[in-house]
Amino acid sequence: MNIPYTSTARLDTGLYNAKLGIWLFLASEVMLFGALFSTYVLLRVNAPTWPHGYELLNVPLATLNTIVLISSSVTMVMSWASLMMKKFGKFKLYMGLTILLAFVFLVVKYFEYTAKFEHHLFPSTNTFLAIYFTITALHGLHILGGIVVNTYLWGPGSKMWQNDPQRFTNRVEVAGLYWHFVDLVWIFLFPVLYLL
Amino acid sequence: METAHAEDITKSVRKYIVVFVALMGLTIVTVAISYLHLNVGAAILFALAVATVKASLVASYFMHLISERKIVYWTLALTVVFFLLLMLLPISADQDSTRLG
Amino acid sequence: MADGHISHKQVEGIGVGVQTHVHHEEHHHELSFLRQYVFSTDHKVIGIQYGITSLLFLLFGFTLMMIMRWQLAYPGEAIPLIGQWLGPDRAPDGIMLPEFYNQLGAMHGTIMVFLGVVPLAVGAFGNYVMPLQIGAVDMAFPKLNMMSYWVYFTGGVTMLVSFFLPGGAANSGWTSYAPLSVIATVGQTVWLIGMVFLITSSLLGSVNFIVTIVQLRTNGLTFMRLPFFVWAQFVTSFLLLLAFPPLEAAGVLQLMDRIAGTSFFMPSGLVVSGVPLTNAGGGSPLLWQHLFWFLAHPEVYVLILPAMGIVAEIIANNTRKPIWGYKSIVFAAVFLGFMSFVVWAHHMFMTGMGTVISTFFQTTTMIISIPSIIILTAFFLSLWGGSIRFTTPMLFALAFLPMFGIGGLTGLPLGLSAPDIHLHDTYYVIGHFHYVVAPGTLMALFAGIYYWYPKVTGRKMSDVLGRLHFWGSFIFLNGVFMPMFIQGLAGVSRRLYDGGAQYAHAQSVLQWNEVMSVSAWCLGLAQIPFIINFFWSAKKGEKVADNHWEATTLDMAATTSPPLAHGNFARVPEVHRGPYEYSVPGATTDFIPQHVRTESNVERGEHR
Ligand code: HEM
Ligand SMILES: [Cu+2]
Repeated sequence: MNIPYTSTARLDTGLYNAKLGIWLFLASEVMLFGALFSTYVLLRVNAPTWPHGYELLNVPLATLNTIVLISSSVTMVMSWASLMMKKFGKFKLYMGLTILLAFVFLVVKYFEYTAKFEHHLFPSTNTFLAIYFTITALHGLHILGGIVVNTYLWGPGSKMWQNDPQRFTNRVEVAGLYWHFVDLVWIFLFPVLYLL
Repeated sequence: METAHAEDITKSVRKYIVVFVALMGLTIVTVAISYLHLNVGAAILFALAVATVKASLVASYFMHLISERKIVYWTLALTVVFFLLLMLLPISADQDSTRLG
Repeated sequence: MADGHISHKQVEGIGVGVQTHVHHEEHHHELSFLRQYVFSTDHKVIGIQYGITSLLFLLFGFTLMMIMRWQLAYPGEAIPLIGQWLGPDRAPDGIMLPEFYNQLGAMHGTIMVFLGVVPLAVGAFGNYVMPLQIGAVDMAFPKLNMMSYWVYFTGGVTMLVSFFLPGGAANSGWTSYAPLSVIATVGQTVWLIGMVFLITSSLLGSVNFIVTIVQLRTNGLTFMRLPFFVWAQFVTSFLLLLAFPPLEAAGVLQLMDRIAGTSFFMPSGLVVSGVPLTNAGGGSPLLWQHLFWFLAHPEVYVLILPAMGIVAEIIANNTRKPIWGYKSIVFAAVFLGFMSFVVWAHHMFMTGMGTVISTFFQTTTMIISIPSIIILTAFFLSLWGGSIRFTTPMLFALAFLPMFGIGGLTGLPLGLSAPDIHLHDTYYVIGHFHYVVAPGTLMALFAGIYYWYPKVTGRKMSDVLGRLHFWGSFIFLNGVFMPMFIQGLAGVSRRLYDGGAQYAHAQSVLQWNEVMSVSAWCLGLAQIPFIINFFWSAKKGEKVADNHWEATTLDMAATTSPPLAHGNFARVPEVHRGPYEYSVPGATTDFIPQHVRTESNVERGEHR
């Protein structure tokens, strides 16, 4: 028994199943991070004082991480484009780079966290640090999830390219949509937490 | 997307590079502005404006939202409405109660 | 209805182009027992798994309440029979401790809502029926579907285990209001973890449902030809998809408050039992309420919309008439879903909210009552002039209408802040929402079980036992919940350990506690015929034809009973008409299934 529209698009909707699925999932993610942003704003407007992000956090490191993540978005989209051009070797290269950059992001994050802890800055210290740690940790978990998916597609999952290239390309596109979304969240987190 | 030809893709690749450069530029701009230490209102305005532009670039080009299907647009439009509600209402409710008590 | 009577003859030749042979004994796929019944990816098996698990949880949640009702009727007296087993931390000498009462209340609410009704209405009915009704071979993502069930199961087990922790299960109400919940015993932490599982499960489910409905509709099945049940599931899935994440966020924040010592929901300067807390403070307890109700109001419609969907199918089928105003109820359901995101703060009128925002939420609340009224009215009008078959499912469906009506109407005063001053947090509220979810939704869910049972098992449930179950449930449900309005109007608060015995203003209505409790226990007894019926009929029930109810929708008319294990249909049907073509003038039978092609299709130039 075959489920229809796993690799080709349905005519009237113009979509294959997983593409609609990922967009719906991202919609729910918007609401998840939306609630956290809402929390941030509410806590901030209520607080008698609120530190500037740059007083407590490391802006250069975060800028570096922004650049890393944006680059990983580009390599991700390039890996998909390579598949579209039927260049499997290039796909491997770009996807590998994406995974690597994601690791770099997490390592930098790790150094940021430990530096905070060394200065006795914990989530419990004040509500600014509380929201900072919570949102960035949740975002970090998303990065980790992306690494798992991308590694699968780079390694064992890429066998699918041999027998169902269309479906494999779709999978990479869907993973890409997720990955760009994670990047997009960071694009807002960076100024909100570090620069304001 | 299935029917895209190799040359379309090459064109897209060029676009991705341009977007990448733009995103880098905007990142530098937003960091630079933050060093000016503007007053809170202006800072928020600038930072969010830049972030919104960057996010739109990512969504439009990397996520191909610029040429997506209707159903996706509808879903996202709905989400945006609820997202705004979620952002605005708790805050306005809170402000309202502290003002009018 | 030309001649005003209904043919109960089995209509041959219509519809099931498939029924030449019965497929029960097919063995072409040799799946292991585990893959076939435990980790199955088939939507029908998953639907049944959801159904049985959620019915057990409903029974469990109800049992908690039956125990609580003893304490409310006879405060401080030893609980008979089971009191001795509860142990000294819960009920020393069989007398219930207040702490245990609080656990029972919180867990009753949680289990009923998140582990009972929603999984039954969406997980079970949605999973089993929806793909059949749209002519799909399965869900769009069968593996996700399986995961959704197992994540739900894990969440359920997590909740159950929490009863055995030191300090017992969560005890801050199903609403888990901060700061109380933040300083509560460890059961609350496990509650939050359980909720994260349940939210993840419903997220997976809702993505799957929406994609399936959009992508896997069979040829000819346009949106405006979908059975109302499918529409209800569609809107419900959007509610789950977009309303649950904020609660997930809130749950994470509360976990941080409890584990990492943050102060998201903890204001500055809290003193608990004379000891000042060491939290940094600066948080907002109201933030929790906003995030909680941002989910929990849409959740109310998650509880009610699938029930409406079930009722629509059964009413059309048993009045042998199209549902009155199909289009208006579809638009009403969509509008209802949309508006349900804009009313949440009507639960918070008493939190010192300003008048501007309060006015906003009062207005939206009045507006949202309109689509519910449209749907209910359409159902009532559908009865008009029909020659109603009083089958067992129809009895339950009919009972749904006035019960939901009472629940809805009693909600209006709660949506206006002036009467809410008096009624807030009283038993009136408990009565109001239970009329919606218990005599309302539960009745509809039972109706659905009786209606689809023949499809699932190939056998019909006993009507005698069914009627016994119906009348018992109908009478005693009202016996439990009607007096709550009386007590609530007299000002008796909810969540009282002694049912109000120590309050002067409650004395005149105290005698109702015993009435309600006895009704609750009788309600328990009234479920025995159902339980017997459920198991007995699976083995011994009367065998029935494939389209036993002579229905028009694909699930009934285009499949065998039970449907084929692989792919549901021998040949995927195409659809040629709307969902409820009953008693079409000039037709030879009093129903025309959706996939049947008639002269009129040919005339309209529709081609295959
Ligand atoms: C069918 C039999 C049922 C009975 C006899 C019953 C009875 C009660 C009673 C007496 C309370 C108030 C407890 C108190 O204030 O201390 C209560 C609370 C509640 N019930 Fe039920 N109920 C039933 C079914 C349901 C169903 C089907 C649902 C949901 C779908 C539900 C959801 C709730 C919730 C959310 C609360 C509030 C819990 C809290 O205070 O945190 N109940 N129930
Ligand atoms: Cu509500």
